[in-house]
Order: sequence, then structure tokens, then C-alpha cells
Amino acid sequence: MNPVRKRRFILVSALVVGAATVIGLVLLGLRENINMFYLPSQVNSGEAPRDRSIRAGGMVLEKSWQRDELVSTFVLTDRQGSEFTVRYEGILPDLFREGQGVIVEGAIGADGVLAAREVLAKHDENYMPPELADMHLERPK
Amino acid sequence: MGILKTLWHRLGSPRWFFHMMAPWQTWLGGLALLLLLTGSFWGLVYAPQDYQQSHSFRIIYVHVPTVIVAQSVYMALGVSGFVLLVWRMKLADVALKAMVPFGMAMTALGLFTGAVWGRPTWGTWWEWTDARLISTLILLFLYFGLYALRESIASAEAAGRACAVLAIVGLVNIPIIKYSVEWWTTLHQGETLSMTGIKMPAEMYIPLLINILGMYCLFGYVVIARMRNEILRRERETNWVAAWLRGDGRTGMESMSEH
Repeated sequence: MNPVRKRRFILVSALVVGAATVIGLVLLGLRENINMFYLPSQVNSGEAPRDRSIRAGGMVLEKSWQRDELVSTFVLTDRQGSEFTVRYEGILPDLFREGQGVIVEGAIGADGVLAAREVLAKHDENYMPPELADMHLERPK
Repeated sequence: MGILKTLWHRLGSPRWFFHMMAPWQTWLGGLALLLLLTGSFWGLVYAPQDYQQSHSFRIIYVHVPTVIVAQSVYMALGVSGFVLLVWRMKLADVALKAMVPFGMAMTALGLFTGAVWGRPTWGTWWEWTDARLISTLILLFLYFGLYALRESIASAEAAGRACAVLAIVGLVNIPIIKYSVEWWTTLHQGETLSMTGIKMPAEMYIPLLINILGMYCLFGYVVIARMRNEILRRERETNWVAAWLRGDGRTGMESMSEH
């Protein structure tokens, strides 16, 4: 490479590295704020703020979903010992079911129950046909 | 290495590229049509439905190919920008201009199909707090920026270099899009297709792979067609373009390889 091109090569490479470093540092600084939701363990430990609206995500605990007209209550768990109750009035998304990952938005009251204004179903990366899914579910654990 | 070096030097000639890529344009266009028709028909009609989402999962056959190619186009823009700034290669500037609208369209289509899928699946069209969604929106804005920047600078050479700098700086966004679902908690799920495994059965992923391949062929076709068009426009005063327009472009090529 001739000297002119070599100089340009170094300059442009420095531009790439510089831009990556700046953005990387910004993202590192904003790390907590970029997370979309709090985990059940963060809610239980008090890391998630009380008295104001937050988003929390976890799995809907099996056999915890109770429904009275449009009011649903269910337990959100991380399956590692942390869980809390959620109450929601409204129409749940199609994918809402026990064992499914969901994200809820609302404030945690004095009784420790999160009064949700919004419930979103989180889909995982697994796709399969219904017959295959039945086989997975029937398999003894 | 020798062949690569020759190819590298040849790429310095837009005229060589124009003639060399004519058959590639035809073949890639035909292949894109064939693959996209096969993959879409297979995916939308024959592939089994998903156990949870039933038929709405089928939008994956449009969504995933478009967003993957949208990111690949941007990476190609970054490489073109690098080559333009370091080697001042004319063809790199042609590529830098030709690829922008296609990448913009793919990103827009990816965001749109994602929203249409998100509504029934997640319960929302759009979430401002999801890192994957926002980083993809930034990708769309980068495409808008590249388009606007070129239009706003009168000098073609200065416009090319400015776009090259923006393309290179914007490359930082690509790994952010890819790893957003791993680095942060997001509504968007992790990758179904990855190097470590495919989390769907063959009857579902084969048509998806066909469509991804088809979308890359479409990318090749569109970009080659647009680059050849741009070369003609830029070199319209030259003798070889006049000769090609008269219909004896072939002889023009042969005389070129002699010197």
C-alpha cells in the first residue's frame, strides 16, 4: 500500500474504533435503562422502584391464574424462588397462558400486588407444529 | 492471491464491471424470483402452523429474510465507504449510492412485518423501550440520513465521502441490533436461526432458508442493476457507452482486455 493510502487506512480505521468506543461507553453507562423490564428477583429484593409504574417480566406460574369476568390475577415467577402477584383488568393477549413468559406494566401497591395497566405476551425463539408440541407436553418429566 | 489482486484492479474500472455483471444480473434476478416464489409458497401454504401462534407465525417467512438482508446491505455500505475513503475507488461510490434505497425498503418492510406480527402475538404494534425495535429503527434513520446527505451536497465527490463517513460510523449499530436481545431484557425473542442451532423443525426452517437465500439474490440483482444504471449515467459522455448504445459493446470489452 502506498503511503497516502496507508495513512487514510489508519485514519478510517481509527474512525471506526473511535465511534465504536464512544457508542460502547454510552451503552455501558445506560445499561440499566436500556433493559425493558425488571426480573422477579429485582422486584422481590426492592431493586425495582415502588409507588411508580414499572415493567416486570417473568413466567406465569402454573395453576396460579384466576379469572373473574375481566379481572385476572396470576403469579409471575422466575422459577428460581422469586415471585409476586399481578392483578389485571382487561383483555389478555392471545399468547397469554400459564407457563408463558409475559411482561406487565404497572405499580406495586402496599399489598405487594402489581396492578397492571398492560400485559404483553413474550414469545420465545422456539417454533413447532402442534403435533410436535403435544409430544413435548406428554413426555413425562 | 493473484486472481484476487487482478479482480481488485479490475474493480477500478466501472466499464469492466458494467460488462462483467450483465449475465450476473440476469441470473441473480431469475434465481431470486424462483427462490422467493418457492420459499413463500412453501412457507405460506405447506409449512405446518405453530403450536402457539397458529398461522400468524408465517409472517416470519417475510420478516426474517428482509431484516437479515437489511443489515447485510448496511454492512456492504460500510465496506464500500471504507474502500471509497482509503482507495478512492469510483465503483465504491457507485455502490454506496445504489444500495441505499434497497436497504431502506428492506428495513421499512422488516419493521412493518414485525409490527403486524407483534400486534396479535405480543399484544402491541410497537414498544419504545425494546432495544431490538429501537436499534432497527435507528438503522432505518441511518438509511434516511445516507439518502438525504447525498441529495443535500452539490459536489458529487464531497457527497460520496460524507456518505462514506456516515456509513462507516453507522456500522456500530449492526452488532447492537444483533446482540440487543442478549445484552438487555427485551420483548423481542432471541434468535431462532443461529450458529448454535435452529429452534424450529426442518419443515418450518427449510422454506425460511430458501426465502433468505432468495432475498440475497434479489439484493444482488437490484444492486447490480442499479449500479450498472448509475455507471451508464456517470459515463454517458464516454466512447464506450456510445459504442454499447450502438450495440457493439462486446468489441469494446475485447479491445479493453488487450491493453
